[in-house]
Amino acid sequence: MENQIQHTDIYALAPHHRFQWEEAQQNYVILFPEGMVKLHGGAGEILKRLDGKVTVGEIAADLKATFPDAVDIESDIIGMFELAVSKAWLRKV
Amino acid sequence: MTQASLGESVAQKAIHAAQNNGVSSSFTRTQPLWLLAEVTYRCPLHCAFCYNPTDYDKHTQNELTTAQWIQALRDARKLGAIQLGISGGEPLLRDDIEDIVIEAKKLGYYSNLITSGVGLTEKRIQAFKEGGLDHIQLSMHDITEEINNFITHTKTFELKKKVAAMIKDHGYPMVLNVVIHRYNIGHMKQILEMAEAIGADYIELANTQYYGWSLVNRSQLMPTKEQVDEAEAITNEFRAKSGSKMKIFFVVPDYFSDRPKKCMNGWGEVFMIVTANGDVLPCHSARVLPNMQFPNVKDTDLGWSWKDSPAFNQYRGDSWMKEPCRSCEEKEKDLGGCRCQSFLLTGDAEAADPVCSKSPHHHLIQKAIADSENPALAAQPIVFRNDKNSKKIIAGEFKELVAEFHALP
Repeated sequence: MENQIQHTDIYALAPHHRFQWEEAQQNYVILFPEGMVKLHGGAGEILKRLDGKVTVGEIAADLKATFPDAVDIESDIIGMFELAVSKAWLRKV
Repeated sequence: MTQASLGESVAQKAIHAAQNNGVSSSFTRTQPLWLLAEVTYRCPLHCAFCYNPTDYDKHTQNELTTAQWIQALRDARKLGAIQLGISGGEPLLRDDIEDIVIEAKKLGYYSNLITSGVGLTEKRIQAFKEGGLDHIQLSMHDITEEINNFITHTKTFELKKKVAAMIKDHGYPMVLNVVIHRYNIGHMKQILEMAEAIGADYIELANTQYYGWSLVNRSQLMPTKEQVDEAEAITNEFRAKSGSKMKIFFVVPDYFSDRPKKCMNGWGEVFMIVTANGDVLPCHSARVLPNMQFPNVKDTDLGWSWKDSPAFNQYRGDSWMKEPCRSCEEKEKDLGGCRCQSFLLTGDAEAADPVCSKSPHHHLIQKAIADSENPALAAQPIVFRNDKNSKKIIAGEFKELVAEFHALP
């Protein structure tokens, strides 16, 4: 599969995309020409950790440690990466 | 300005993009997420398909000042506005766009300059880049010099090619908007190839919607159903084949649909427009509607305008609906279509959009399509969007053209 996400992959926000906290909406958003997506808390937590250096595996480990009560978040995290890559919000570093 | 910025599609695109995997399925529906600043109605182009009001000449001497625009940006941002379109007319006819861009950046907007390219110089684009402008949307008209110059009534073909290169050179995403009409619809493949060749990242093929000047020129601009179908097929084929990263949006013309568009994604739901003279509107052409008092930023708080003004609440939700919309099981899908189109064509702003096949006025759309195939009507001269024609319309000329539509200008 084209968008297969590996734990060793590193992703960053795609060019011309901006990720920011929206006070009025109380959530994170990704902005790009002609559109915007509003991110739920979990998705925002993932995007927040992207710095162009950290791997998918490291983000997953960090999130598990930060939210120890969350059940089976690994597949949600991979799913979010798959979606974000398929929508071209992210690019592989 | 172009029809690209009929930003209803923008919010819809974003909603479609967000479905699962931790991404929310809908927006908070009470914030003006998209702010369109129509900073001037002055324009060096004279496009026959412009949706701007035909009486725009009234609003060219009373434009908001820089300070008033900056205040409006601040107030809208507090309400949640985040996507900012700087449009017109041609916004570059104002010399304070640089100041507006800097303020927009400071406030956290994702800002977009919607331009014909006329007036974009190396110096200005440099200032926009430094000021934090996020992208530039350039209108293109055709691959041929002949059609470009004809439909815009100007000689701007070479200039547009130069500006496209300038946008690319400065590292901006290239967002092209092409308004589609009878004169260029046969060149769809070539238009897409041109866009790809100049490195466009996004291209919006916006079929003309009939408001303002384009409504006056409807019989001359409207393509046939067969042409639209073919254009869409060519677009789909190009999308499937090209393998390029260029994103293509094909905005379907509502006259050839059975159901109306969900205009502006709902009245007062996600969109707010501030016009050159400061009027605050829920859609581009709302001023055609009768018995409506729209607030103005010069004397009214923007928060009140959005949340509480009678104008913004007039058509929110569906409680205003009449039959056949009221009991229609599809009413949530399109909210009865466009209030302006209903009024312009039927004389009743609360009637179902006549585009809908369930509308008792649907024959008006069928007649418009038939008229566009009438060679005698099609051969009538186009009324180009310019100050002289706007003054004439204000003075009551062109009566025979305007009479058919209830509220023009």
